[in-house]
Amino acid sequence: MSGIGREKNRPLAVYAVLYLAFLYVPVLFLPVFSFNDSIYISFPLKGFTTQWYASMIGNEPLLAALGNSIRVALATAFISTLLGIFAAKAVTRYKMPGSRPVIGAIMLPLVVPEIILGTALLIVIMQAGGTLSLLTVTLGHVLLCVPFAMAVLMSRFEGFDRSMEEASADLGENAWWTFWRVTVPMAMPGITASFLLCFTISFDEFIMAFFLGSTDPTLPVYMWNQLRFPQRLPGVLALGSCILLISFFVIALAEYLRRRSSFNDETAKVTID
Amino acid sequence: MTDAFISLRGITKAFGAFKAVDDVNLDIARGEFFSLLGPSGCGKTTLLRMIAGFETPTEGDVVIDGVSMSAVPPHRRPTNMVFQSYAIFPHLDVAQNVAYGLRRDKLDKAEVAGRVGEALAMVKLSGYESRRSNELSGGQRQRVALARALIKRPKVLLLDEPLGALDRKLREEMQLELRTLQRSVGITFVFVTHDQEEALTMSDRVAVMSQGKPIQVASPRDLYERPNSVEVADFIGKMNFLPCRRLNGSGEAGEVEADGLGRVPVVNGAECPDVATLVVAVRPEKLSLHADEPAGALKIRCRMQNTAYLGDRSHYVVSVDGLERALAVSAQNADPEAARQLAGGASLWLSWAPDALIALPAER
Ligand SMILES: Nc1ncnc2c1ncn2[C@@H]1O[C@H](COP(=O)(O)OP(=O)(O)OP(=O)(O)O)[C@@H](O)[C@H]1O
Ligand SMILES: [Mg+2]
Repeated sequence: MSGIGREKNRPLAVYAVLYLAFLYVPVLFLPVFSFNDSIYISFPLKGFTTQWYASMIGNEPLLAALGNSIRVALATAFISTLLGIFAAKAVTRYKMPGSRPVIGAIMLPLVVPEIILGTALLIVIMQAGGTLSLLTVTLGHVLLCVPFAMAVLMSRFEGFDRSMEEASADLGENAWWTFWRVTVPMAMPGITASFLLCFTISFDEFIMAFFLGSTDPTLPVYMWNQLRFPQRLPGVLALGSCILLISFFVIALAEYLRRRSSFNDETAKVTID
Repeated sequence: MTDAFISLRGITKAFGAFKAVDDVNLDIARGEFFSLLGPSGCGKTTLLRMIAGFETPTEGDVVIDGVSMSAVPPHRRPTNMVFQSYAIFPHLDVAQNVAYGLRRDKLDKAEVAGRVGEALAMVKLSGYESRRSNELSGGQRQRVALARALIKRPKVLLLDEPLGALDRKLREEMQLELRTLQRSVGITFVFVTHDQEEALTMSDRVAVMSQGKPIQVASPRDLYERPNSVEVADFIGKMNFLPCRRLNGSGEAGEVEADGLGRVPVVNGAECPDVATLVVAVRPEKLSLHADEPAGALKIRCRMQNTAYLGDRSHYVVSVDGLERALAVSAQNADPEAARQLAGGASLWLSWAPDALIALPAER
């Protein structure tokens, strides 16, 4: 029985292995070449070195770009999640006429090509007489991230027991305090997930950062600039490897938090019934 | 009632064209244990939520302690509610849940701890302070919800089927505890239930609701002994209905010609059921079965159709000549030998007291 099952699945297994290889082998070249003692990205490997990593430490422009990216990503994650909370709360809680078109409008950046959005924003900012800076980059990123934040938070708010908020009002708290004492803590897993998601989206976003940025680049833009100098390529690889490792941990953390909270919810639900 | 504490004045709640609550006028006295009883969907929850302020009446006004509530939002009303789902905050422990409503009172830590301890002791949950909602049983959660509401020292406590999720034994225990608690704190309770036994055992007065309207508001005893309609009589306990025709009498007593029973005296259940068609209603336990002819005038011959032995009592189904439907009779099994004899007997006697038969307008 199981033999037959295995027999049948063989083409599928081969496909899966090929697919994963296609997905991850190129990514694996990044750390491999980042330890290679040569500025040329080609086989055979020369020798082992950590000099590309060491060179990052004293690299002022790189550290500045890293700082920019972190600041933009933090601001984006914060603003997008906050806007996402209000928007998600509004559309899940109140049955307003025309809420569907509004949701559609907020979700639009998910399907509009980024390059179009970037160009459009650039024109608007120029027309309005604004100057490009990290602020405008953040603005673009917020536009991109709000739909994601809203999607994550809407699913959280939809599973909300209305009577929790009513209980808070019943115990004497007005809407504002109810929001902070009940709604936000109960939506915390969603808020954390939204924050981490927006952070990672903003952190590695290139097109908006390139269109709307000034001479003060974010990390992806800095890396792109470096690619014009072949001798700096191994340094970029080392940087890429670091980002890879950190992203992995951030996503793993988000997933861990999400699972832990949903596990708690499950047990809560089961015992309520 | 002159000293109405909660006064519902012409309350209507319409959802579109459908009236969930339809022109309700009710007065509830201070310190009363008042129940709203009725089948599912009759508008009990909607009515309770209008008292709490979660729903706005389409028409009418809720007055509590002389103050109109029409402009008062839920968080400012002198009411607290125990929700059907209990709504225990999952992100707070028991002590924090119970203390939730005290923030605005600006008490210091020791005072809060004292009040929480007091409230938890009242519901017998001392020692559970640091538990979370998912570490509590249904009954314990119900008590947390109760303590959380009572710590606010409300004028009115609203309870929406608080015992619905509990098993039978715990339910009966909690009924007793709630009743005792209500007496000791002296708070006015408005209690929603669809369980007639629960309403009867706990309440000072009960409003039986049907399709958004209270059809009878009375003490448990009056509801049971003197229902004012077939609907109430049928909903509260078991009842036999017999077709009959009015002969004479009005007000409290009268005489009818009932199918199978002949000319019998009746008590008028409704104010004055002076309508052409009446029914006679009689409770199964108000009929008694005898193997031999009993003394007294109110009796008739009957035949045993069916018996069910329930331990403490037995249910019998007997048929009477001239009566289409069989009658249900129930009797205590104080003397098991007599019960056995009744069950075996084919030809028996049925008797009843003069005030056992109630005349009601036949509206069904
Ligand atoms: N928000 C609403 N919109 C439309 N109809 C509603 C709404 N809330 C309640 N209803 C309707 O009003 C009627 C009364 O509802 P309610 O919840 O008060 O019943 P209930 O007596 O509490 O019943 P149960 O014993 O099942 O809880 C029902 O027919 C219900 O469908
Ligand atoms: Mg209900």
